Amino acid sequence: MAGDEVLVAPNILEYPYKRTVGPIIGRFLTGLRERRIEGIRATDGRVLCPPVEYDPANGESLTEDAFVPLADTGTVTTWTWVGRPREEHPLDHPFAFALIQLDGADTGMLHAVDAGERSEMRTGMRVRAHWRDEREGAITDICCFKPEQDA
Amino acid sequence: MSDAAVEEGPVRSIRTPQHFVYQYSPGQATSRFLRGLEQGRILGQRCPQCGKVYTPPRGACASDGVPTTDEVELPGTGTVTTFCVVNVPFYGQKIEIPYVSATVLLDGADIGLFHLIQEVAADKVHMGMRVEPVWVEPADRTPSLESIKYFRPTGEPDAPFDSYKEHV
Repeated sequence: MAGDEVLVAPNILEYPYKRTVGPIIGRFLTGLRERRIEGIRATDGRVLCPPVEYDPANGESLTEDAFVPLADTGTVTTWTWVGRPREEHPLDHPFAFALIQLDGADTGMLHAVDAGERSEMRTGMRVRAHWRDEREGAITDICCFKPEQDA
Repeated sequence: MSDAAVEEGPVRSIRTPQHFVYQYSPGQATSRFLRGLEQGRILGQRCPQCGKVYTPPRGACASDGVPTTDEVELPGTGTVTTFCVVNVPFYGQKIEIPYVSATVLLDGADIGLFHLIQEVAADKVHMGMRVEPVWVEPADRTPSLESIKYFRPTGEPDAPFDSYKEHV
């Protein structure tokens, strides 16, 4: 090894964050652990999923009695293809990040769609949640969504 | 995933660790400095215009903006200019608290080097204290500041304030 070579070394930064989620997201995540997806009804009657603590239109508090059970099926409203997934991504092969409007909800939830090929993706496609066997109360309890006919 | 009591109750928190993997290159001048440490030498570079000696060298003078091409070897002894007694435990801490981190103005250098002060009680460390490096055994040295385990007092009389007042 030549003595004048410029050195290079890995420099790894780690922040071991843990954050509280509050009563509304907490209940949503608790539901995921039990294979249930719930949304919350806003004051204008729309069902929001993922649920939020405050009504986005008027700032009113939304409480646990406004929860609405939803199906684990839905419709892709928009998507982007991830051709070369990185280590941090939910899947280790090409997939789509998509907004999925679950049946019974009025808003889209961001998640991964495992469609195999980019050509299989389209706005309006029907998808179903693919659940992890070991769930811990996190959004990753849903591995991904798959086209409804495959799931 | 961690403890059963939490798993059974409502979810109150989530873990969101952040992990950033960088490749760091210190550049040519600092690479020479780091290789010097592996050999038990502390190298600096002198600015051809203002004459100041930088260690670790960065390859250019921060004041004059010119390349610092003259290499100088420093004896390693130095003076504590400022210091901090660390009493707070934190994630990833490797040294038992309390311990002292200090800026050491090495003899012959014009910029302080940040390192540990050991072999002395934390409350005895003070400005002007004369210190020397304690090196890792030659076989275990790496091109890193960790090749200096820490600095320890030499027992010499304190350096006069005027000798380091530009550095506090």
